[in-house]
Amino acid sequence: MEWMAWTWPTATFFAIIAATLITFTVMAIKYPEAPRVGILRIETTRGDRLFITLLGSAFLNLAWLGLFDVPQWGALIVCFFYALAVFRWV
Amino acid sequence: MNKTVNQKAWFLILPVLLLVAFSAVIPLMTVVNYSVQDTFGNNQFFWAGLEWFEQMLASERMWDALGRQIAFSAIILAIQIPLGVFIALNMPKKGFWASVCLVLMSLPLLIPWNVVGTIWQIFGRVDIGLLGYTLNAMGVDYNYTQNFYAAWITLIVMDVWHWTSLVALLAYAGLQSIPDAYYQAAKIDQASRWKVFRFIELPKIMGVLMIAILLRFMDSFMIYTEPFVVTGGGPGNSTTFLSIDLVKMALGQFDLGPAAAFSIMYYLVILVVSYVFYTVMTNLDKRDGH
Repeated sequence: MEWMAWTWPTATFFAIIAATLITFTVMAIKYPEAPRVGILRIETTRGDRLFITLLGSAFLNLAWLGLFDVPQWGALIVCFFYALAVFRWV
Repeated sequence: MNKTVNQKAWFLILPVLLLVAFSAVIPLMTVVNYSVQDTFGNNQFFWAGLEWFEQMLASERMWDALGRQIAFSAIILAIQIPLGVFIALNMPKKGFWASVCLVLMSLPLLIPWNVVGTIWQIFGRVDIGLLGYTLNAMGVDYNYTQNFYAAWITLIVMDVWHWTSLVALLAYAGLQSIPDAYYQAAKIDQASRWKVFRFIELPKIMGVLMIAILLRFMDSFMIYTEPFVVTGGGPGNSTTFLSIDLVKMALGQFDLGPAAAFSIMYYLVILVVSYVFYTVMTNLDKRDGH
């Protein structure tokens, strides 16, 4: 494992991603749901919305880093509201 | 009739999952680890935080390479997709010549990338290449090692030569699957050739065309071997696309941290575009009722 050059922050990051994926898998098995059509006018399930959230958050973080000279955790707050919006309306 | 639900089938994808873990997931995780650290070799790493991302986002070099990459993909898609469809429309539908056409069309697809690069590198050379020598003998100032336009035109023509067949073959397969009844109906209505294309053929081949666009976009967006062999990214930096720049950074300069940050951003762009294409494709399928 040493060759992978792990650090605590990256390990935590991947652990959170893995935990989220496991949670959503368990939820999909325990509480199955029908896809719905939101403002993007595409059918989405919870998993799709999670994917859109994660991908969008990556870009939000990059934009925050590139455009503003303020602490990075600010981007996480924006991402939180973005995630709420995606899960509510997409 | 009720379908039996058997979740055990999921175990059948286990081998693929393992393979993907080793070929994609673990390397990707390593790249993420590299992107937040600095190294001078010897497997010793120092924490650098988001410094490389910041540096890459402000790097003119990366934005230039991205601009060139987008321009390249846009140009080859704008040529290959219409040209491929046009060729498919004009190919014989059946018989001896249909087979001849199919074999001829698939020939460029069988040639390995570096061989394609070498073929065009020699073909375009001013001193011994058929194309380069002939053009210069005709008085055209063509030299892909010195001239920006010559380099770009050579790469674009090479890519069109190499990959238009793929689009043509996919579109041809799509056209073959249209039942005759549609054409008969169009004939009864006295539809023009354009209207037949616009309202029968195009909607029917839309699905395969989307796959063709996706494949061509992906391949052209990560193109490395051919421009590396033909121009090496030159003249100057004029054909240094994203992959070429990335390899220069990671292996040439051994800047693993910045290269890793660069790769992650590159990967995110590809992920977004692929997801959009995938969504459009699956929605097209649903609309068609498949």
